[in-house]
Amino acid sequence: MTDAVVADRLQFTFTIMYHYLFPVLTMGLAPFIAALKTLHLASGDVQYAAAARFWTRIFALNFAMGVVTGIPMEFQFGTNWATFSTFAGGVVGQTLALEGVFAFFLESSFLGILLFGEDRVSPRFHWLSSILVAAGALISGFFIVATNAWMQHPVGYAVAPDGTVHLDNFWALLGNPFAWWQYAHVISGAILTAAIVMAATGAYYLLAGKHAAFGRLSVTMGVLVGAVFALMQLFPTGDLNSRNVLIYQPVKLATMEGLFRTQPGAPLAIIGMPDTTQERLLDPVVVPDLLSYLAYGDFHATVRGLGDYPRDLRPPVQITYYAYHIMVGLGTVFIAVLLLGVLLWWRRALPGARWFLWILLAQLPFPYIANEAGWTVAEVGRQPWLVYGLLRTPQGASPTVVAAETIFTLLGFAGIYALLGLIFLYLVLRIVAEGPAEAPAGSAPPAPAIPVEH
Amino acid sequence: MATVWFAILAGLLIGYAVLDGFDLGVGALSLWVARTDEERRVVLNAIGPVWDGNEVWLIVWGAALFLAFPRVYAVAFSGFYLPLMIALWLLMGRGVAIEFRHHIQDPLWRGAWDVVFWLSSFLLALLYGVAAGNVVAGVPFDARGYFQGLFEWLLNPYALLMGLFSLVILSWHGAHYLCVKAEGHLYERAHWLARALWGLTALLAVALTAATFAARPTLMRNFHAVPALLIFPALALASLALAPWYHGRQADRAAFLCSAGVVGGLLASTAAGLYPDLLPSSHDASRSLNLTNAAAPPDALLPALLWMIPGVLLLAIYQVAVYRVFAGRVVLGKSTHY
Repeated sequence: MTDAVVADRLQFTFTIMYHYLFPVLTMGLAPFIAALKTLHLASGDVQYAAAARFWTRIFALNFAMGVVTGIPMEFQFGTNWATFSTFAGGVVGQTLALEGVFAFFLESSFLGILLFGEDRVSPRFHWLSSILVAAGALISGFFIVATNAWMQHPVGYAVAPDGTVHLDNFWALLGNPFAWWQYAHVISGAILTAAIVMAATGAYYLLAGKHAAFGRLSVTMGVLVGAVFALMQLFPTGDLNSRNVLIYQPVKLATMEGLFRTQPGAPLAIIGMPDTTQERLLDPVVVPDLLSYLAYGDFHATVRGLGDYPRDLRPPVQITYYAYHIMVGLGTVFIAVLLLGVLLWWRRALPGARWFLWILLAQLPFPYIANEAGWTVAEVGRQPWLVYGLLRTPQGASPTVVAAETIFTLLGFAGIYALLGLIFLYLVLRIVAEGPAEAPAGSAPPAPAIPVEH
Repeated sequence: MATVWFAILAGLLIGYAVLDGFDLGVGALSLWVARTDEERRVVLNAIGPVWDGNEVWLIVWGAALFLAFPRVYAVAFSGFYLPLMIALWLLMGRGVAIEFRHHIQDPLWRGAWDVVFWLSSFLLALLYGVAAGNVVAGVPFDARGYFQGLFEWLLNPYALLMGLFSLVILSWHGAHYLCVKAEGHLYERAHWLARALWGLTALLAVALTAATFAARPTLMRNFHAVPALLIFPALALASLALAPWYHGRQADRAAFLCSAGVVGGLLASTAAGLYPDLLPSSHDASRSLNLTNAAAPPDALLPALLWMIPGVLLLAIYQVAVYRVFAGRVVLGKSTHY
C-alpha cells in the first residue's frame, strides 16, 4: 500500500469519525424535540415548550457542526477516492443524491422555520416543522446507511464493459437485506445517545440544584427512553445485524469475535487479547458454546474461524476485535445503568438518588465512544475491501493526488476541527449554564420566549 | 437520457448560483453595508432561515454529478484537489461564523466572526468564478484521462477575470436581496451599492464575453445549430437592461429577479455553449469528458430521473413555504434566532 493510500485512509477516517459525533446527536435529538413539542401541544403544559426550546438551541449548534463537517464528506469521494468514484458512482451516487433531494431540503427548510419562525407561523405549523426536521434527519440517516450497506453487501448492480458498475435494480438497492437492520441499529444507537445526553444534562441540573423541574423531566425522559433503546441495541437490532454479518461477511464475524480456529461449539470471548502471530486469544475469559448458539441457534454448530481464510482477505484483527468488544461492553453498561434507573423511577427514588445522578452524568461520553466503535467494526471489518468482493481499498484512491497533498489537507482538517470542537463545547456549556427559561409558577398564559440576550 | 441529465445538472447549478449566490453576495458586502451590530444582525437574519437550504443545492448538484457522470466527478474533484479543499474550508468557516456569532454578546467575538463571514463569502464568490473560468477554458488531461490542477495555470488571466466577474455579479445580486429585506441606512447603502455594482457588472460582462470567445471559439456552434438556445443570452441581456429601471423605481423584488435572471441566463448560456462537453480538454479535444464517454448507462439514469421528478416537486413546495413564511423585511424581535 502506497503512502498516498495511507494518507487518504487516515484523512477519511479522521473526517468521518469527527463528523459522526454530530449527526449521531442530530438524528437522536430531533425525535425528542418533536416529542416534547407534541407533549406541549397535547397537554398545554409550558414546561414541555421550554424544554423543546432549550434542546432546539443545542440542536441548532450541533446541526451546524454536522453540516460543516458533512460537506467535505461528499466531496472527498471525488477528491481522494477518484477511482472508487468512477467505479461505483453509478450506484452510490444514487443514494447520496436521494439523501440531498429527499432529506436535506426537508431538514434545512423546516429547521429554518423551527429556529426563526416561532412568531411567524401558527403553533401547529411550528410543531409540524419539528416533526419534519426529525423526518429529514432520519431519512438522511437511511440513505447514508443504504450507501454503506451497498459497500458492505453490493446488490442491484450491473457491470459495464469498461469494468465500472451501475445501478441495475433500484428497489434492490433500497431493499438491501444488509441495510435495514444496520439502519435500525444506527438509529437506535443515535436515540440512545440523545437519551443519555438528555439524562446527563438533567442529572447535572439536579445535582447543581438548578432548574429542578426541567432536570426531573430530562432525567426521567432520558432514562425511560434510553432503557428501551439500550435493550433494542442488543435485541433485535444488534443481534440481527450480526446475523447479516455472519451470512454476508463471515470473516468479519470471526474477526469481531476473535475466533481463530473453526470449531463446533465455538466459545464467546468476553475478554481476551488476540495474538495474530500465534493465532489465538491470550488470557481469555470465554463462555463455552455460546457463539455457536448466537450465530446458529445451536450450541454445537460449527463456526468458521479466521484460519479458514487466506491472510490477505482477513480484516485487521486487533482494531476490529477491540472496537467490537468496546461497543458491546459499553452497551452492556448502558443496559445495566438505565434499567437501574427505571427501577429507581418505579420506586419514585429517581430524582433524589444523588449517587445515581452522578453515574448518569459520568456516562455522557460513552455513547459517543460506543457509536464510533460500532462504525469502526463495520468499516475496518470490511477491509481489505472498499466495495465488498468487488474493489479493494488501495485500488480506489485518486491517481493524481499525492501523499503530501493529502497530509497537508489532513493537517488542515485537524487544525480546523480542533478549533471548532473547542468553540462548540464552550458554546454548548454556555447554553447549559444559562439553562432553560423557567416556566412562571402556576402559569396559565403561554410561556415567554427564551430571553433573547442578543 | 444523458442530455436530460446534462440539463438537470445545469439546472441544479443555476439554482445554487441564484440562491446561494445572493447570500454569498450579501456576505461579500457585509462589512461595508452593515456597520453596527444591529445592522449585521439584520443581515444575518435576512439570510438566516434560507442560507443552509440554498447550500443544499450544491450538495445535490455534487451528488447528481456523482450519479450521472461519475468520471467527471472523479476526475474534476481529484484534479482540482487543493482549490476544492480550500473551498470546503471556506464553506465551513462561513457556516460556523453565521451560527457561532450570536451566542456571545461581545464586540471582539462578534467582530471576529463578522470578518470570517465576510472573508469566506468574498473568497468563495471569487473562487467559484475562477473554477468556472478553468472549466470553460478546459483542463490539461493526461494520457490516463486525469489532470492535476496546479495553481500556476489555475490562476490564469482568463480565470481570474471570471473570478472577478463572479464576485461582482454575486455582490450585485446580494445587494438586491438586501434591498428586499432591509430598511433604513442598511437599505440606503445596499441601494447605492446595487447601482454602482450594476455598472461594474455590465462592464465586466462585455469584457468577459469577448475573452470567452477568444478562449473557446467553438462556443457559438450550438447556438448556430439550435437558434432557440439564444433565449438564454437574451434573458441575461434583457434582465441586465431592465435592472436599473426597476432599481430606480425602488421595485426591489423585480430588481432582485433581474439580477437572478442575469446570473441564471449567463450560466445557462455557458452550459448551452459547452454541450456536449462537461469538462473540455484544453489541448486535445478528443480527451474532453463529454456525454458519451462520461455518462452512467441509461439503466442507472432512468430510475434516477423517475425519483428526481417528485423530489424536485417536493423541494419546490418546501422552498416556496420557507420563502413565504419569511417574506417581507427583517424586523429584529424576540424570536429572531441570530
